[in-house]
Amino acid sequence: MSLIQETDFGTPKSKSETMVTLTIDGNQITVPEGTSIMRAAMEAGTQIPKLCATDMVDAFGSCRLCLVEIEGRAGTPASCTTPVMNGLVVHTQTERLKQLRKGVMELYISDHPLDCLTCAANGDCELQDMAGAVGLRDVRYGYEGDNHVFAKSHGCDNDNWMPKDESNPYFTYDPSKCIVCSRCVRACEEVQGTFALTISGRGFDSRVSPGMSESFLGSECVSCGACVQACPTATLTEKSVIEIGQPEHSVVTTCAYCGVGCAFKAEMRGEEVVRMVPWKDGKANRGHSCVKGRFAWGYTTHKERILKPMIRERIEDPWQEVSWDEAFNFAAAKFKGIQAKYGRDAVGGITSSRCTNEETYLVQKLIRGGFGNNNVDTCARVCHSPTGYGLSQTFGTSAGTQDFDSVEDTDVVMIIGANPASAHPVFASRLKKRLRQGAKLIVLDPRRTEMVESAHVKALHLPLMPGTNVAVVTALAHVIVTERLVNEAFVRERCDWSEFEEWVAFVAQDKYSPEATAIMTGVDPKVLREAARIYATGGNGAIYYGLGVTEHSQGSTTVIAIANLAMATGNIGRPGVGVNPLRGQNNVQGSCDMGSFPHELPGYRHISGDAVREQFEAMWNVKLNKEPGLRIPNMFDAAIEGTFMGLYVQGEDILQSDPNTKHVVAALSSMECVIVHDLFLNETANYAHVFLPGSSFLEKDGTFTNAERRIQRVRKVMTPRNGYADWEVTILLAKAMGFEMHYNHPSEIMDEIAALTPTFTGVSYAKLDELGSVQWPCNEKAPEGTPVMHIGGFVRGKGKFIVTEYVATDERTGPRYPLLLTTGRILSQYNVGAQTRRTENAVWHSEDRLEIHPHDAEQRGVRDGDWVRLASRAGETTLRAEITDRVSPGVVYTTFHHPDTQANVITTDFSDWATNCPEYKVTAVQISPSNGPSDWQKAYDEQARHSRRIAPVVEAAE
Amino acid sequence: MSSSPDKLVYMANQIGKFFQSQGHDRAVQGISEHIWKFWDPRMRKQIFAHLDAGGAGLEPNVRDALQKLRLQA
Repeated sequence: MSLIQETDFGTPKSKSETMVTLTIDGNQITVPEGTSIMRAAMEAGTQIPKLCATDMVDAFGSCRLCLVEIEGRAGTPASCTTPVMNGLVVHTQTERLKQLRKGVMELYISDHPLDCLTCAANGDCELQDMAGAVGLRDVRYGYEGDNHVFAKSHGCDNDNWMPKDESNPYFTYDPSKCIVCSRCVRACEEVQGTFALTISGRGFDSRVSPGMSESFLGSECVSCGACVQACPTATLTEKSVIEIGQPEHSVVTTCAYCGVGCAFKAEMRGEEVVRMVPWKDGKANRGHSCVKGRFAWGYTTHKERILKPMIRERIEDPWQEVSWDEAFNFAAAKFKGIQAKYGRDAVGGITSSRCTNEETYLVQKLIRGGFGNNNVDTCARVCHSPTGYGLSQTFGTSAGTQDFDSVEDTDVVMIIGANPASAHPVFASRLKKRLRQGAKLIVLDPRRTEMVESAHVKALHLPLMPGTNVAVVTALAHVIVTERLVNEAFVRERCDWSEFEEWVAFVAQDKYSPEATAIMTGVDPKVLREAARIYATGGNGAIYYGLGVTEHSQGSTTVIAIANLAMATGNIGRPGVGVNPLRGQNNVQGSCDMGSFPHELPGYRHISGDAVREQFEAMWNVKLNKEPGLRIPNMFDAAIEGTFMGLYVQGEDILQSDPNTKHVVAALSSMECVIVHDLFLNETANYAHVFLPGSSFLEKDGTFTNAERRIQRVRKVMTPRNGYADWEVTILLAKAMGFEMHYNHPSEIMDEIAALTPTFTGVSYAKLDELGSVQWPCNEKAPEGTPVMHIGGFVRGKGKFIVTEYVATDERTGPRYPLLLTTGRILSQYNVGAQTRRTENAVWHSEDRLEIHPHDAEQRGVRDGDWVRLASRAGETTLRAEITDRVSPGVVYTTFHHPDTQANVITTDFSDWATNCPEYKVTAVQISPSNGPSDWQKAYDEQARHSRRIAPVVEAAE
Repeated sequence: MSSSPDKLVYMANQIGKFFQSQGHDRAVQGISEHIWKFWDPRMRKQIFAHLDAGGAGLEPNVRDALQKLRLQA
């Protein structure tokens, strides 16, 4: 193994299809029009010296090092800013160029420290490389003059010197090493789109400045790491590199945070991670990252990780550390006992959307094959199950329709109930880039999110009341139909015409007009009409949506309404358009694909189908149950009722993440055996009898499937600290239960998946190694995968329009609970926070806050930062208030990252009609001033502390 | 929504409301198919028992759908 060296071509790739031929250093080379001479030379294998150029940002032409001579042209143009032309004859190395470059480098080095041996960038410094490349041997100017290097000059304080900024927990800014190439500033603008950095001053006074000369932490910086990656010197350096040193080998793997699925190089020293660097060839992220994937991986070695299996008879007992065998035998005996006593259907399991496809597949296989029932579900139940239902009804497959690259061809983006800037940050950066090029943006969200207004982004905002999605999307359809903006040719060709006509008659009714529904939705009809017109007529229209759509009583209905809109306007089946669910977790797509739903085998085939079931029975050598099993909320109900008594939970914290915490507590407490398989003693583990330590994504091989259906490799870079990868743990647990599964490597599990699943037939580890990644369907028809779905026709044949009646949720405001609570995420934390809370990301968000409008706050005597009591019909908690007009009057908002807040003690049992996806996004609440934690919080905390005790290991007496 | 039949009745009626606007016959077909596809046997058994006990609270389309489903089963 060695360090993967990615070629830096200096300037971005040109998309032109017109080719141009020129001669560089005597060699003919043909490249696309618009390519820079620098890039053309690099493609031919000649590296022209450079400092301010890097292919992640546009050419800038400031360092004057990349000069070339062109026959017939005067002077020495910069090769980064000079485009190729047919017939050019370029020389990259002449006497004149050598002199000029040496002179430029001499000036740079005259104002740069010479501490190369002890510098963190030693071995990875472009300035050092360039000094070597141009043959710099002497600096005639000396180091005594004006400089930015030394704190003191001639015994006096040096006003030009600035101390290091170490405010960011993950990287340092050392101004004394800065050469003002502005790569960081441009990366922040062009790649990330935050515009947090600038160059202040001019000439010799030029400095990189976060905001108005603030600290990095105090500025708008979102710590994505693009500037650190762009920096050619040690000015911006990862603290882990400063501490450990340069990596010696690297392995490409996939981030385990969100559904974007960024590809990273894990840069290693032995089995220690030095840093994670986004991989340029990653097709989801194209070399970009966010604060979580880039920096927040410290949880993998956090001291709270549990590395030994533990058991206990009762949850009141302290945990006993035991051997793996003892833990498996204990768990198997419990589960078999429960099945003997309460019946075969009394146990089940939850697969993890954080684990690999292979691991998820094994858990559902264990449940269906080993437990002999279909009581398997996954956390997609509580996030995107309505997407699965809605899109398969209308289009014939639950698949999101596009790849992320598609956004580069989009003219109008409509975001509904999603905040990619916080939850899918790398996609948000790619989207913002397109917006800066002129694409239009419409946002439907109760809150004024970061997507509504940010640097160079201004969306048309429809601030709807939580719970009225169906009314708003149907009103958009009303406008499109009644103003005759339908793409009739598309509908006639691709969709069922009679169903379409029925839908038209339905949405055209006056009662669905924006004017008639405004009283419920709170959306200005004029703005709604404008949004409909822009989406229908603005060119390629793409809808991106998130949990603000799905987590409602009518989640599935809204997904259907969205699909109707896309079909009516012909925005399906080509790049730049589509219906794009932004899936939450790294492998939530994969966990659904792998048959984690109780009614479906892998590949979304209903369990009642004899032919499909027989294929699995033959391969697994076991008889399968043909009845659908329990979904997560049904499991809880059945537990309380006494018919569901054992649960195996892999990598999911249902207690913190599922709604109505009291109900979940009651359900878990009713069970006789709960097995938690996780990295940490999470909240669910407080009610568990068996704890099986999990392995992190750095410790195992496998694949994740991201929101664009892209299957990517996860590669092991270190030995599992707990001893086993998660797939091995499931195999051993199955064995203890008497169900044998034999695999030597996860690639063999994928081979089995491919053999049984028509959309995965062409997937293998060999293909993934060869192509980097593939998007399913990947089979004989599409051997390299399918970036865009429904080209030329829908998967189900004709697209199906379905009428979408708005039914108000039964969760209503009233005199006792007059406000509506909606929930969401923040950039620096991830879901229940089990990982991110155990990293330095806590500096950005150490507690959940309640956002409340100034008007509502004033009425209740609440000031910014005050403790408030937040109560709903389900429960109450306390947290601190943040007064902001991001939320409308009548709406409050909070995040759910911290167990001491437990936002889900507030959320209710209401759920989507089709899938039982909980209604997290609408809860009627009341707010009042408070002194501190509620009684419930105190009791919860006490129980958690009590439950987490681990008994000291007693050595047997001789 | 604490006791089980109440909750199942609520869930079934929720399904019914979605199909309401499609007319009686298609609604009955849609509701019964949905419950057959997504409800585990113990949930179906409970709602059938509730139907036998008079089916209090069930919307007319839902009641018809459950009767249809039971005949098939």
